Amino acid sequence: MITKLTHLCIYVLDQESAYDFYVNKLGFSVHTDAPMGAGARWLTVCPPEQPELEISLFLVTEGDIFDKETVKTMTALVKKGTFGAAVFTCHDLMATYEELEAKGVVFKKAPTREFYGFEALFVDDSGNWFSLSQLNA
Amino acid sequence: MEQFEKLYLYKRIVQAKLFIDHHYAEKIDLDNISDQACFSKFHFIRLFKSLYGRTPHNYLLKIRIERSRLLLSEGHCVFDVSLMTGFDSPTSFTAAFKKSVGEAPSRFKERQRTRQRNIRSNPFCVVPNCFAETHGWTKSQFLRGEI
Repeated sequence: MITKLTHLCIYVLDQESAYDFYVNKLGFSVHTDAPMGAGARWLTVCPPEQPELEISLFLVTEGDIFDKETVKTMTALVKKGTFGAAVFTCHDLMATYEELEAKGVVFKKAPTREFYGFEALFVDDSGNWFSLSQLNA
Repeated sequence: MEQFEKLYLYKRIVQAKLFIDHHYAEKIDLDNISDQACFSKFHFIRLFKSLYGRTPHNYLLKIRIERSRLLLSEGHCVFDVSLMTGFDSPTSFTAAFKKSVGEAPSRFKERQRTRQRNIRSNPFCVVPNCFAETHGWTKSQFLRGEI
């Protein structure tokens, strides 16, 4: 029986810039920031009210699974905004939208009423997009 | 019209929150914030709480404690952290930290230092193997001292 989700990864193109976006703009906290030698880094962050969920800011880089060609393709796809990575929720979408916009977060969809509540879409510094939702009570 | 008024209200409360986010290390007078937001103190506290689930004072305290956790993890001493996060004194910082986190700042710092030491000595204890392999980080590299 699967019990819960502990890690998920978001492909980013620059970990330092992603750190600034997720920590300083979105307000996530750093869970683990471990140097892995030769400039490599294992960096995970958590949403403020979900400290047990580690989101790995996973650098698109050559390794055992990603060859040079895959890195090139992945980089282009991430930049293009191909990947919708996750849905985040908040208590008050208008307030969160106002705050994140003031911090320079780019929204590709302003808060809109949907069947399940309200939703906006924002984009991270790499190009991944996310739903930000306020669900009906 | 009602929608515009609501939006205007949101903007003012959000600006007040951002003011706290940016100035938590200073001596913040919450009366001034409510004045800036053009609200009576009571109205301001009520609206702030309805948006963020806590009073401006509790929110300020939360931000200061979160920041202090980060600074302690980075190795700063308790005295410096208390000054860098806007507390009146190391004593008031220690009391607030203990109440919020459940342990003294010095103990927290020590635990973080031990954790970081453990991660440095064996990063594979925190990186799931599937992700490590994706990057090409292998245990044999680690054992050879290449990580």
